[in-house]
Amino acid sequence: MITAEWVAELGARTLRVLRSFGRAAFFFIDLLVHVPAALRRFSLVLRQIHAIGNLSLVIILSSGLAVGFVLALQMYYALVTYGATESLGLIVNLSLVRELGPVVTALLFAGRAGTSLTAEIGLMKAGEQLSAMEMMAVDPRSRVLAPRFIGGVVSMPLLAILFSAIGILGAYVVGVLLIGLDSGNFWSLMQDRVDVWRDVGNGVVKSFAFGVVCTAVALYQGHETEATPEGVAYATTRTVVVSSLSVLGIDFMLTALMFSTP
Amino acid sequence: MNSDSLIEIDHVTFGYDASRTILDDISLAFTRGKVTSILGGSGCGKTTLLRLIGGMAAANSGRVLFDGELINARDREQLLHQRRRMGMLFQFGALFTDLTVFDNVAFPLREHSGLSESMIHDIVLMKLNAVGLRGAADLRISEVSGGMSRRVALARAIALDPELIMYDEPFAGLDLISMGVAANLIRKLNDATGATSLVVSHDVPECMAISDHVILLANGGRIVAQGPPAQLMASTDPETRQFVRGEPDGPVKFHYPARPLAEDFGVDEIGALP
Repeated sequence: MITAEWVAELGARTLRVLRSFGRAAFFFIDLLVHVPAALRRFSLVLRQIHAIGNLSLVIILSSGLAVGFVLALQMYYALVTYGATESLGLIVNLSLVRELGPVVTALLFAGRAGTSLTAEIGLMKAGEQLSAMEMMAVDPRSRVLAPRFIGGVVSMPLLAILFSAIGILGAYVVGVLLIGLDSGNFWSLMQDRVDVWRDVGNGVVKSFAFGVVCTAVALYQGHETEATPEGVAYATTRTVVVSSLSVLGIDFMLTALMFSTP
Repeated sequence: MNSDSLIEIDHVTFGYDASRTILDDISLAFTRGKVTSILGGSGCGKTTLLRLIGGMAAANSGRVLFDGELINARDREQLLHQRRRMGMLFQFGALFTDLTVFDNVAFPLREHSGLSESMIHDIVLMKLNAVGLRGAADLRISEVSGGMSRRVALARAIALDPELIMYDEPFAGLDLISMGVAANLIRKLNDATGATSLVVSHDVPECMAISDHVILLANGGRIVAQGPPAQLMASTDPETRQFVRGEPDGPVKFHYPARPLAEDFGVDEIGALP
C-alpha cells in the first residue's frame, strides 16, 4: 500500500515537473514571437538596455577588476616556478574571454538584473498591472516582457566583454605595474596567441546564450509567481538558482563543443 | 440578443478547477446606459464575472456576449478589439507605479489613439479634471492617497471613452469622504458619457444610492434577487433582507458547516462540559 502511494506521488511529481517544462517552453516561444513587435518600438528596448545593462555596470566592472587582480597574482605564483611568467597576460586573457568573463558575468547578472526583473514582473502581476494592461487592449508580452528579454540578451555579451576587458587591465596593473613583468611581453603574446573568432568570438557566443537563458528564466519566474509577498520572494530565489545551474550546465556543454580540438 | 442589453451572460458555468464551481449556470443581462451593481459576499464570483466579460477567463460552458458579439478568450485579436470599447477600474487601481499620474492616464491614449502629444495632453487634463485631480497630474503614484489613486484609475479607465465601464470593488478600503466622491463620480460619469456601468461591490448603501439596477449574488453565483434598489430595500424575502441590512445570521449562516459542538468537545451534551 505504501509502495503504491509512493509510486502515485512520484508519478504526480513527475507530471508536475513535465508540465512546468511545457509551460516554460510555451512561454519562451511566446517571448520569441513577440520580439519583432517589441523591436518596432525600440525606445522601450533602449530603456531596458539602460535598466538591465547600464545599471549593472558597477558590479560587473568592480568584479571584473577584482577577478583580474586575483587571477594575475595566482597565475604569477604558479608560473614563476617554471620560469614562464611572460605567459601571464596570455593565460589571464584566455581564462577571462573563454570562461570567466561569460560565466561570472552571467552569475552576477542572475543575481543583480535577473532578480530585479523577476521581482518587477511579479509585483506587476500581484498589483494587477499586467491584467490592467490586457484590459486596455495592450499585450503585456510585447509591451513589457519582450523589451526586457531583448534588453537582457543584448546587455549580457556587452557586460561580459567589459568584464573581460577590465579583468585584463587589472592583470596588467598587478603583473606589469606592481610585480614588474615586461609590458611588451604581456601584450604581444596575447596578440599572437589569442584568436579573435575562436577565443573572443566563442566567449561572446557563450554570453549570448547565457543572456537568453538568464533573462528568459527571470521573466518566466516573475510571470509565474504566486501573487503574494512570499510568492515573489520564492520566485526571485528560484531565478538565481535555476539561472546559475543552467549557466554552469550550458557552459560545460558549450566548452566541450567549442574547444574540443586543441 | 436583446438590443437593450450591452452584455448578456447566457447559462454560464465557471470554475478555476473541477472541484470548485464559482458560477453555476448563471444568466444575466446588463442594460445599456444604466448603472448596474452586483452585490455579494467575498468569493461569490462577482470579480470572476467581470473577468469573464473582459475575456480574462473563459467560461466552462455558456456564452458571454458583448454588444451581440461572443467574448472568446482564445481569440486574441477579436478580444483586443472588444477591450478597446471597455474600461475597467481594478480593486486597488492597478496603476503603473513607475509612471506619473499624467502618464498613467495618457497610457491607453498613447497606445491606441495615434493622437499628437499636444492632443493627448489636453485629453488627459480633461479626464483628470473630471475626477478632480488636474492639479495632481505631475505627482508620482507613490505620492497619491488610496482614494486619489482610485480616481486616477477611473480617469485612465475612461480615457478612451469606453462604452462599458467595469468597477471592481471601487469603494474597498476608502474613507467615507472618498467613498462618497467615488460613488458620485461613477453616477456622474455614467450620465455624462452615456456609458454602461457595471459595479461589483459589497458596499450596499453606496451601490443602492447610485444604481439603476441591483443584482444580489450568493455563493456559487446563485442570483438571490434583482431589481431597482427601492424594490430590493422593501423586499420581505428573508435572504434579501439579510443581505441588504447586513444581518450576521439568517438564511446565510454565521457558522461554517461543522460537526455538532458536543462531538468536537468530546462530550455527550453541551451541558456536560466542565
